[in-house]
Amino acid sequence: MKYLDEYRDQRLAATLVDEIRRTVTRPWTLMEVCGGQTHSIVKYGLDELLPVQVELVHGPGCPVCVTPLEMIDRAHAIARRPGVIFCSFGDMLRVPGSHGDLYQIKADGGDVRIVYSPLDCLKLARAHPQRPVVFFAIGFETTAPANAMSVWQARAQGLSNFSLLVSHVLVPPAIAAILESPRNRVQAFLGPGHVCAVMGWSEYEPLAERYRVPMVITGFEPIDLLEGILMAVRQCEQGRATVENQYARAVTREGNVEARKMIGRVFEVCDRAWRGIGVIPLSGYRLRPEFHAYDAERIFDIQNVHATEPEICISGQVLQGHKKPHDCPAFGTQCTPQTPLGATMVSAEGACAAYYNYGRHLAQVSR
Amino acid sequence: MQDFAFSCPLPITARETIVLGHGSGGRLTAQLVHDLFLPAFDNEFLRKLDDQAILNLGSARVAFTTDSFVVTPLFFPGGDIGKLAVHGTVNDLAMSGARPLYLSAAFIMEEGLPLDELSRIIASMAEAAKAAGVTIVTGDTKVVNKGSADKLFITTTGIGLVPDGVSISASNAQPGDKVILSGTIGDHGMAVFSRRENLELESTIESDTASLHLLVQAMLAAGEIHSLRDPTRGGLATSLCEIAGSAGIGVEIQARRIPVRQEVQAACEILGMDPLFVANEGKLVAFVAPAAADAILAAMRGTTEGRDAAIIGEAVSAHPGMVLLKTEIGGSRILDLPFNEQLPRIC
Repeated sequence: MKYLDEYRDQRLAATLVDEIRRTVTRPWTLMEVCGGQTHSIVKYGLDELLPVQVELVHGPGCPVCVTPLEMIDRAHAIARRPGVIFCSFGDMLRVPGSHGDLYQIKADGGDVRIVYSPLDCLKLARAHPQRPVVFFAIGFETTAPANAMSVWQARAQGLSNFSLLVSHVLVPPAIAAILESPRNRVQAFLGPGHVCAVMGWSEYEPLAERYRVPMVITGFEPIDLLEGILMAVRQCEQGRATVENQYARAVTREGNVEARKMIGRVFEVCDRAWRGIGVIPLSGYRLRPEFHAYDAERIFDIQNVHATEPEICISGQVLQGHKKPHDCPAFGTQCTPQTPLGATMVSAEGACAAYYNYGRHLAQVSR
Repeated sequence: MQDFAFSCPLPITARETIVLGHGSGGRLTAQLVHDLFLPAFDNEFLRKLDDQAILNLGSARVAFTTDSFVVTPLFFPGGDIGKLAVHGTVNDLAMSGARPLYLSAAFIMEEGLPLDELSRIIASMAEAAKAAGVTIVTGDTKVVNKGSADKLFITTTGIGLVPDGVSISASNAQPGDKVILSGTIGDHGMAVFSRRENLELESTIESDTASLHLLVQAMLAAGEIHSLRDPTRGGLATSLCEIAGSAGIGVEIQARRIPVRQEVQAACEILGMDPLFVANEGKLVAFVAPAAADAILAAMRGTTEGRDAAIIGEAVSAHPGMVLLKTEIGGSRILDLPFNEQLPRIC
């Protein structure tokens, strides 16, 4: 298919792999930030093709994985309320909370619906004016503009039965947190292509400069990723640390100005808890005060829903690049996509699920 | 940064109620069959876990199968629930090499179902049965309260005769066998999905629903077939996993050789779904003796249903029970039974 096959071309891939081999003179540890990138890397077996000196560790950019258990429990508490139409992106349905998942709530009679855009919820709200319609607004900057737009339009249309359960997180503070960690071993980043399509890359420049770390904004197809890796390795080898843009067909330095404006009108930056990592200051969005009427956390009395998280899995360390899924004793035995112990095993973009689904056959080499 | 709180939810190891995933054709379905149905009904026929049972009745070898059809919407581009109900059972018989003969049809109707829709579906079934050369010889109807069913559920049961000398089973696949796919994958699943979800795509994806017994007969005339499956729910990957598991062989597939229509690929890309796991209703995958592969492939390409047939891989003795896919760029990955229904990804 045009615009896809070019980015999955075997010969081009081989050429890029050769170039990476020629460029690399010593070991480098790269982190791909996005879950979508992790998914592609393992789905296409990219890591098998790379020279052993290049190690990829998988970043925190899986929205499903970093949503705190407490927030999931709060979502479930709302979804269980009679009359509520609870809307979510599909992959959130399987994420277990403390007491079951949205599938179970659906099976028990809850009205849980998969939507493809939060704007679909407005149609539902209009069709069911007597029922509260709630959208579970998780994700990074990528999903924020459409979520913001849904609230903006709800207000414009005078819809009073629509609300957002907001659990938005931001990439740059998470990268800073990883780099601040004394155990950090990431030497270069493959930046989040879709996040930067919205936000641009200017906010990554101070990070590259301050932490002396190369960042290459990278796409999601195999050729994108290989090219991003090559650009990052070149910077490492040359001792440079700047922001470069591999994903030029989608990303500009200033990003999508209209989308950013919409985010700014509806959301404000706040502290957020990240699952497995903890609270990172100024690392998320919440609704601005003028939109509190659309805030599900205020509409539904769920502040008393608190979750205690069992101390089993190492997903926190996986999300920060300290460990690989293979390093977990529960990986593939106690912990599988059917019986996930941690969120990284639940979402298709989660590093553990990607390893389990696509890469179990590979030797447990630490690469 | 602060030290991370290891944060994990309790695993959902066992479900106390049926969830949609139990109907996905993947791991939850398999779990249900293995934990509940197999022990309760245990017998040599069921244990084979083929799409049909082969019964020796007198001197005849009778293929016997049943299938229920639930689909929303009832009408979709390329077909309807009635056509599916005929083709599905005909194909389950055909996957044993049998010549399908007779069907039964049972209808569970929801109060309020428009008679016009029902009559169109019945007409469509009659047409499909006639085209497939099968006769619907018995049936049943039930009506349930509004809300107790989704418009219309159909169950069809079929019998057919297996010719002498033909022995096809998932467990018969052998290392060295060539894996042949009869055509493009994902058409049916994405046709229904895009209509159900009102995805406004530029072009219409049509279901591939079709009877496959004539294709199978053409293949049998050309050479020896070891295993056959029609990759319905769970898709091609699920069928390959089932055969690999049942025969205790490894399977290696080349991603580049698997035909996928551009519009199906595009819809899957948009939704983050994988055509390998999307349902088909008019395709088969065959494991055949390597010496016969070219002749069988040529015979398939001479039929309407098999005109896009391709050899997509082979069975190996390495990694028994595991299906490996060689990716487009030369890497490899596992194809495993899906755990659940495929869900559109968040981003």
